[in-house]
Amino acid sequence: MGTGRLYAAVAAGGFRRYATYRTATAAGVFTNTVFGLILAYTYIALWDERPHLGGYDQAQALTYVWIGQALLMTLAIGGGGFEDELMERIRTGDIAIDLYRPADLQLWWLAGDLGRALFQLLGRGVIPMVLGAFFFELALPADPLRWAAALVAVFLAMLVSFAIRYLVALTAFWLLDGAGVTNMAWITGMFCSGMVLPLNAFPGALGEVVRALPWASLLQAPADALMGRAGLPATYAFQGAWAVALLAAGRLLQSVATRRVVVQGG
Amino acid sequence: MAGSRSRAAGQGRVGARLADGLRAYRMIAGMWIRSTMAYRASFVMTTFGNFGATALDFVAILLMFSQVDALGGYTLPEIAFLYGVAGIAFGLADLAIGSMDRLGRRVRDGTLDTLLVRPAPVLAQVAADRFALRRLGRITQGLLVFGYAVAALDIAWTPLKVLMVPFMMLSGGAIFAAVFVAGGAFQFVAQDASEVQNSFTYGGQTLLQYPPTVFAADLVRGVTFVVPIAFVNWLPALYVLGRPYPLDLPTWVAFTPPLVAAACCALAGLAWRAGLRSYRSTGS
Repeated sequence: MGTGRLYAAVAAGGFRRYATYRTATAAGVFTNTVFGLILAYTYIALWDERPHLGGYDQAQALTYVWIGQALLMTLAIGGGGFEDELMERIRTGDIAIDLYRPADLQLWWLAGDLGRALFQLLGRGVIPMVLGAFFFELALPADPLRWAAALVAVFLAMLVSFAIRYLVALTAFWLLDGAGVTNMAWITGMFCSGMVLPLNAFPGALGEVVRALPWASLLQAPADALMGRAGLPATYAFQGAWAVALLAAGRLLQSVATRRVVVQGG
Repeated sequence: MAGSRSRAAGQGRVGARLADGLRAYRMIAGMWIRSTMAYRASFVMTTFGNFGATALDFVAILLMFSQVDALGGYTLPEIAFLYGVAGIAFGLADLAIGSMDRLGRRVRDGTLDTLLVRPAPVLAQVAADRFALRRLGRITQGLLVFGYAVAALDIAWTPLKVLMVPFMMLSGGAIFAAVFVAGGAFQFVAQDASEVQNSFTYGGQTLLQYPPTVFAADLVRGVTFVVPIAFVNWLPALYVLGRPYPLDLPTWVAFTPPLVAAACCALAGLAWRAGLRSYRSTGS
């Protein structure tokens, strides 16, 4: 099997694995719709009070809400990706088996996570977005090229999201119990990705800082790409730079970590 | 005579079951506390994490108020008042029976069967499962925000308003607890739909953090008459704050939360029994 085909098969496996849980997916669609509704009403109240907050008009702010609901699980911003499983394998020592496989550890998990992300985008992203467009007036573009450009940004966001969570998961080599770290990573991710409020609307220096951090690649970048609010080359360059830097950091940490692995005899 | 005797016996049975349930709950919860306390550093970290994760909602509100002076016509301290009550009420329910959403997993993997054969009420066992003191983090956070609200607001306190505060927190907790139990009952049927339950519990709490003026009238109607979480804080808190009522409701609804809570708990109990009776083991 060629290497490319191997990882494609792993990605397909990741997709199918999540596609199996149909009730869970339906339940998730319901949840994303409910939270989208609540958030949309608070944004309406906010934008009524301050029109053009963060440079968005009300329709754009509402569009942002539903893009956020579509990407929350896709990018595992609040957790729920591969990281729990990888941490468990590190804790139990099963990771030793993975290291013997003729596949690259990072690429293996990346492929599986991309499959998962793709399923979550289709399974849990599309319907809430359609319902959102039904309930509210959104600023969705008619130009298919704009959608394609946004999808590229979503793909880059998947890479950055994976790279962050891979680093988080690898801390299990040192900490063994990763619950505390994942919790902190979750809080930071929700806040700095703009799930609570668009990063454009963050005030002053705080806004400058969060817009420069890697989490700005996750929700803000695809949203701005779809609504045509930022130059595409700049957006892609920002996301790409963070993806490369964080994936490289993950690779470095992985090589340090695997040198620590001691396989225990039974 | 005979009727009253059998009624008394019936009450005795219910009372005995309740005592049984509470005893089982206390023992299981105590076991989980001892086991978490074995790793004190981890306990402190996760409690702090719980506090931080819940505080994030309020940070979001603070961020909004860095840009505006009012939201839906309410000031920051007023919203903090609503937020604090919702947080405390939800926190109490979450502390007591926050593990109900794990029921679906137990149904799927068959571990519910082990609970069925134990000589203790199943509801008490499921509720106490993984009892986590770290959930005090959420209550603490709610209390802090509530404290800020009371200090910042200029409320004309009357004895009735003072009394209203503990009552709405407790009945609010009971209403949320009923939602948790009803959600658990639903999972007997739906199995892996814990997220539906989350949209009513966590989603409900998020909704109540904002004033009713923010939401569409139909949504307010839904959470008043269908899933009555409006009785957790909106209706009693608006009385304390001296604000007009949504949907032109009369003022006396402010005093109904304990009744609504009792009715919700009774209905949730019935739903739970129906769910449990419909349970068929996975048999794998």
